[in-house]
Amino acid sequence: MEHVNWELVDWSRAQFALTALYHWIFVPLTLGLSFMLAIMETIYVKTGDEKWLKIEKFWLRLFGINFAIGVATGIILEFEFGTNWSNYSWFVGDIFGAPLAIEGIMAFFMESTFVAIMFFGWNKISKKAHLTATWLTAIGTNLSALWILTANGWMQNPVGMKFNPDTMRNEMENFWEVLFNPVAVNKFVHTITSAYTFSALFVIAVSAYLLLKGKDKVYAKYSMLIASVFGFIGIVATIITGDGSAKQVAKYQPMKLAAMEGLRTGSRGAPLIAIGKPKHTTDKDLTKAIADDFKGNNQLDVEVEGFEIPYGLSVLAFNDPNAFVPGVNDLVYGNEKEGIPSYAERIKSGKISIEALANYKKAKKAGNNDEAEQYLKTFKEHFKDFGYGYFDGHDMNELIPPITISFMSFHTMVILGTWFLIFFPLIFWSVMKNNIEKKKWLLRLGVLGILLGLITQEAGWITAEAGRMPWVIQDLMPTMVAVSHIETSGVMITFFLFFITFTALLIAELKIMSTTIKKGFNN
Amino acid sequence: MFETLSYETLQIYWWIIISLLGGFLVFLLFVQGGQTLMDRLSNNESEKTVIVNITGHKWEFTFTTLVVFGGAFFASFPLFYSTSFGGAYWVWYAILFAFILQAVSYEYRKKKNNVLGSKTFETFLKFNGFAAPFLLGVAVSTMFTGSLFSVNKANIVHLGSNYEAVISQWQTPWHGLEALWTLEHLAFLQNILLGLSVLVLARLNALLYIRKMTDNKNILAKVDKCVPRHSILFLVLFLTWFIRLLFIDGFAVNPFNNEVYLQAHKYFNNLVENPISLIILLLGLISVLYGLYKANFKKEEKAFWYLGVGTILTVMAVFFMAAFNNTAYYPSTFDLQSSITLANSASSHYTLSVMAYVSLMVPFVLAYIIWAWRAMDSHKLNEKELEQETEKY
Repeated sequence: MEHVNWELVDWSRAQFALTALYHWIFVPLTLGLSFMLAIMETIYVKTGDEKWLKIEKFWLRLFGINFAIGVATGIILEFEFGTNWSNYSWFVGDIFGAPLAIEGIMAFFMESTFVAIMFFGWNKISKKAHLTATWLTAIGTNLSALWILTANGWMQNPVGMKFNPDTMRNEMENFWEVLFNPVAVNKFVHTITSAYTFSALFVIAVSAYLLLKGKDKVYAKYSMLIASVFGFIGIVATIITGDGSAKQVAKYQPMKLAAMEGLRTGSRGAPLIAIGKPKHTTDKDLTKAIADDFKGNNQLDVEVEGFEIPYGLSVLAFNDPNAFVPGVNDLVYGNEKEGIPSYAERIKSGKISIEALANYKKAKKAGNNDEAEQYLKTFKEHFKDFGYGYFDGHDMNELIPPITISFMSFHTMVILGTWFLIFFPLIFWSVMKNNIEKKKWLLRLGVLGILLGLITQEAGWITAEAGRMPWVIQDLMPTMVAVSHIETSGVMITFFLFFITFTALLIAELKIMSTTIKKGFNN
Repeated sequence: MFETLSYETLQIYWWIIISLLGGFLVFLLFVQGGQTLMDRLSNNESEKTVIVNITGHKWEFTFTTLVVFGGAFFASFPLFYSTSFGGAYWVWYAILFAFILQAVSYEYRKKKNNVLGSKTFETFLKFNGFAAPFLLGVAVSTMFTGSLFSVNKANIVHLGSNYEAVISQWQTPWHGLEALWTLEHLAFLQNILLGLSVLVLARLNALLYIRKMTDNKNILAKVDKCVPRHSILFLVLFLTWFIRLLFIDGFAVNPFNNEVYLQAHKYFNNLVENPISLIILLLGLISVLYGLYKANFKKEEKAFWYLGVGTILTVMAVFFMAAFNNTAYYPSTFDLQSSITLANSASSHYTLSVMAYVSLMVPFVLAYIIWAWRAMDSHKLNEKELEQETEKY
């Protein structure tokens, strides 16, 4: 591709990142808190103990404040594929549209119908019917996560489809392959369990704050008890699926793994950086490096330094201490010994595929069916490299994801995740021992947990999404070919419009939330 | 079951679902209509809160239906989704923006320390109430008046520049807003007429719903005053739009070579040649008129349902007229052959049949919505009732 309007591509990416990251501030809480509400209400209905109703109603109020803004930020995402990534929408809409529609029909209606009952139905229906509505809200929110993550998983590992040269798009061949795509399944479980973890951190943080203020001690401690168990189960499941995720990235997106680990040159028995940072950011210009990465000016000579776990990366990626993990250089320049083709070869092959498709169209139009068949054959042979063809004549750096961002976000996520594994048992133990009020340091850490949890959540998404650049669909479609035909200025206007609106609403949300929290359970 | 159906039948099936969702969406816009009436129908703050809570208990339905409408369109006719959303950028973003503001405004309006103040959130609700129905009406009208875009699926193989590689390209920098001032064939007039019709209809449906849901005498008296005016205004606006529609040139498709051409009073022909559209339209119109009769002369609460069902059926018939009987449902006046038809925009046979199985869930969804609706609407809402509620807007 000779001319690319990078400003348009980057602003479109920035807008998607902005709306997605904002949306994700609120979604994890909805996913997890809805189940915690259901559990609290179940205890209330089973025991008839009014204390649990009071506890639930407090959390329900916070849930509602959060839910509204989650919905508000979410609607953009549903339509943004069309408005800003219109080429993408046709190229894969036959597959990608389905999970989005199913999400709407199966999950959103359930969620929105029963959430209204959960809030306003207290005096209108029986206790049991209300409890059912609360559970269905939780199931609905989590079902919506299932479908959107199926869609996202498909972008990372496109399966169950075939390119149709006559409609010039990819078409679904097997729905079950799309749904049971290993990447999608793992991603779903990883995401929702991490959301449960975050919700637990939220409940603990709010309760810890109230305990520090000496307010509503009993209610706060009961809430903490539920949250610490819920959170511990969540973090264990998150770590297990995180390990699964790493193995899948190694298999389907080796460049993402190389970026996550800042691995310059691959090796057998590759070590894992536990704590560290990319070398070129040592001289105090981390910000500049991130800015450079964002512009696509990655340096090929990345190298990281830090505390290493021997063989760690090979084990993490392939469960085999002697497995070969390719680095950035192996993938860009190829590694004959390990059977990895270079990007130059893949670009050449991709270009052959694109040109064959163009020639197929021409031959078909002219009525030369035999010729068309030949071109089609060539096209299919090289289809696996289709997306690379667009990079013909481009700087190879454009095929490398932003390494500093990938590395830092991945490691932040892992380090904080490990801390949560220790944190939840600490809380549980202290509540059970009934001495948590005396441990001011733990309560303060508890309050901090909300921020750490949020950072972990966003870092996870940044790892997943920045790490797969430049692909909107792995190996098939790069960002530069996916964008709509619009003016950069238009995207800038919507970007700032959303930035200002979301920020104003977020400030309002935080103010309302903190006011409600300060009032405590006896509101 | 569904996979044995022909490709064409599946496309028709999915267009019916889209039309049904469109019908429900327009009906549910009564929530927006109510938002525009909060000042008009109230004497004081507490009455306003009653009105806000009446429509507020239903906002998720409209919101969700819009999202599902978009998602279902994406899954079944992706070329429309990519062309219209990526092209008529400003129209769609204006609509979406209005909905972003709505969701939080209900929840935050009366909360302490809400930073922006109640008045601001009420303004957001009014903005959503006016902008969303009007712009959705304008967007639907362009299904008959056309837009300026080109579509070439082979663009994806262009290696020259990323602009050239885009399949659907809008041809004006206004990205959809030009529907409001396109002079050719008085398209702007037609588009604005439908926009206003949908807006007035949304208010009318809201008036009847509020009448059904409250026993506050002051509010009811004001509703009584508003209903006749809105009824007349709606009929004038909608019938002008509709009668003009029957006489304008339409975008016909030659079934043998898929060529798109202009045909005189095409949409009139579509009614005559496709009796199903005609029957649904007549049923819809009769139901609307009966609802208006009951609302104006009998002041019956049930009028809301007659008008509602009439709204859904009429919108469905309008959608049918746009796409069935070899018609391009999203025509391009820039390049006729770029016009979007059911056949050239649909998902594959496989995807449509998978989605047809998914559509079997719709009756279940409708069933629980009806259950929930009934449970929630069993009590009338007034200031006293609201005082006892722990959760309210």
